[in-house]
Amino acid sequence: MSEDSGYNFAYLDEQTKRMIRRALLKAVAVPGYQVPFASREMPLPYGWGTGGIQVTAAVLGPDDTLKVIDQGADDTTNAVSIRRFFAKTAGVATTTRTEEASVIQTRHRIPETPLSEKQILVYQVPIPEPLRWLEPREAETRALHALGDYGVMQVELYEDIAIHGKIKRAYDYPVEVAGRYLTSPSPIPKFDNPKLSDCPALQLFGAGREKRIYAIPPYTPVRSLDFEDHPFAVDHPGHPCAICGDTESFLDEIVTDDAGGRIFVCSDTDHCRARQEGLAHDDAA
Amino acid sequence: MTMPPDAILSARDLRFDYGNGQGVRGVSFDLWPGDVLGIVGESGSGKTTLLKLLGGLLAPSGGSLSYRDASGELLDLLALPEARRRHLARTELGFVHQNPRDGLRLAVTAGGNVGERLMATGGRHYGRIRQSALDWLTRVEIDGARIDDRPTQFSGGMQQRLQIARNLVSGPRLVLMDEPTGGLDVSVQARLLDLLRSLVADLGLSVVIVTHDLGVARLLADRLMVMQGGRVIEEGLTDQVLDDPREPYTQLLVSSVLAA
Repeated sequence: MSEDSGYNFAYLDEQTKRMIRRALLKAVAVPGYQVPFASREMPLPYGWGTGGIQVTAAVLGPDDTLKVIDQGADDTTNAVSIRRFFAKTAGVATTTRTEEASVIQTRHRIPETPLSEKQILVYQVPIPEPLRWLEPREAETRALHALGDYGVMQVELYEDIAIHGKIKRAYDYPVEVAGRYLTSPSPIPKFDNPKLSDCPALQLFGAGREKRIYAIPPYTPVRSLDFEDHPFAVDHPGHPCAICGDTESFLDEIVTDDAGGRIFVCSDTDHCRARQEGLAHDDAA
Repeated sequence: MTMPPDAILSARDLRFDYGNGQGVRGVSFDLWPGDVLGIVGESGSGKTTLLKLLGGLLAPSGGSLSYRDASGELLDLLALPEARRRHLARTELGFVHQNPRDGLRLAVTAGGNVGERLMATGGRHYGRIRQSALDWLTRVEIDGARIDDRPTQFSGGMQQRLQIARNLVSGPRLVLMDEPTGGLDVSVQARLLDLLRSLVADLGLSVVIVTHDLGVARLLADRLMVMQGGRVIEEGLTDQVLDDPREPYTQLLVSSVLAA
């Protein structure tokens, strides 16, 4: 506990955490369904992870070890700030190593290291409603979810193939959770979509501005939408990571100079570090 | 309620009030398979309101509405669960709006518009959906090369034909049309009427068509209902009603048509 900081454990008061936990229980009970909750003002702007930070505050215990990533990296402003925030208000241990963490808050990525049953992955979600750009009326999107009436999303994918020759959505690729609810996986690259399915870890999604919580319980089947003759497929730039040489991980393109120079490096910094250490160890041996 | 055993749609004492005395005040009729029923009358007589009641776009304040589906089951359309009603509306029913912009997705290509019903009812094979869309565009005389154009790039007549293709792709049994030729110039109207007539005959559709154009009614409809002030004042075979009108209002309506 952090009595001297003047904050309640993990910043939020106990009643608020209880309210969020109730929403979380409902979300876990109905996989992929968006549960409304009374989102609070948080000491960071909307769009920076107000939903994720509230979910993290509600699930965090004194014995937990927290890892925060932003676009796969542990060292970006958003990740560092949120990690420090909980170190200060909850006094929990923090780490950058995926396998050591019990709670991982993430923005836009799923770690490369496979998750375990002992871990909780908390996503920051800007727009929880996958049908939002197709159907602006909230009452109607709820009706569509209630009736499982998802043809309009298929029309959207049809349009991509008709105009571009393939489904062009590269992130926030819509999924069907447990054969029922159409769900936004948050803006993770579609590269990460296969990791959503049958994941041993509990996956929780928090959208602060839109006041919605949803969840994918452990070992839940998650299917990325597609057509029978245009099946879902992930893209890879075809380069290895310039630092660790991995050919399997998701890569960021980094512009290195003004003359068109660019390199591809692992987006997951912890994964890249572990591989570099492994390589150094092999060299020493 | 009593429904003739071979009827596809039966309305009994259908009522709707907009709150100002306007609306539909007790309309009853039966529609048979392959039957084309025209509804004529002046503006404000309740034609379009009646059609919206039949199509489920408005909920009636009274009366009953029964439909016999493809499997022969008798359905009370007013008590049908929402999921079932939506499914029916995109498989066995069609609704052609007067303004094609109300019935089309303008931001979606022609192919997507036609394919929407197929995808909404579980079609997940892109090639087959596209082939059906292409077939239907050809049937309504839209060049297949324009399958990836948006409806906003189409002329008014093409938009209307696209809307018809979008409705017919699921093989409906009952199509409701609200002034399908409204706002089109006469030569385009004539071609659209030709097309509609052959489609209706080929597919054996049951149609309820609302129009204020008696020429359209004579060309398409087997039977006519004349509406005035929310009530049906006269009904019968089209030729009978138009050539030998009984009610003074119908006589006025028929005599107001300019002979070309």
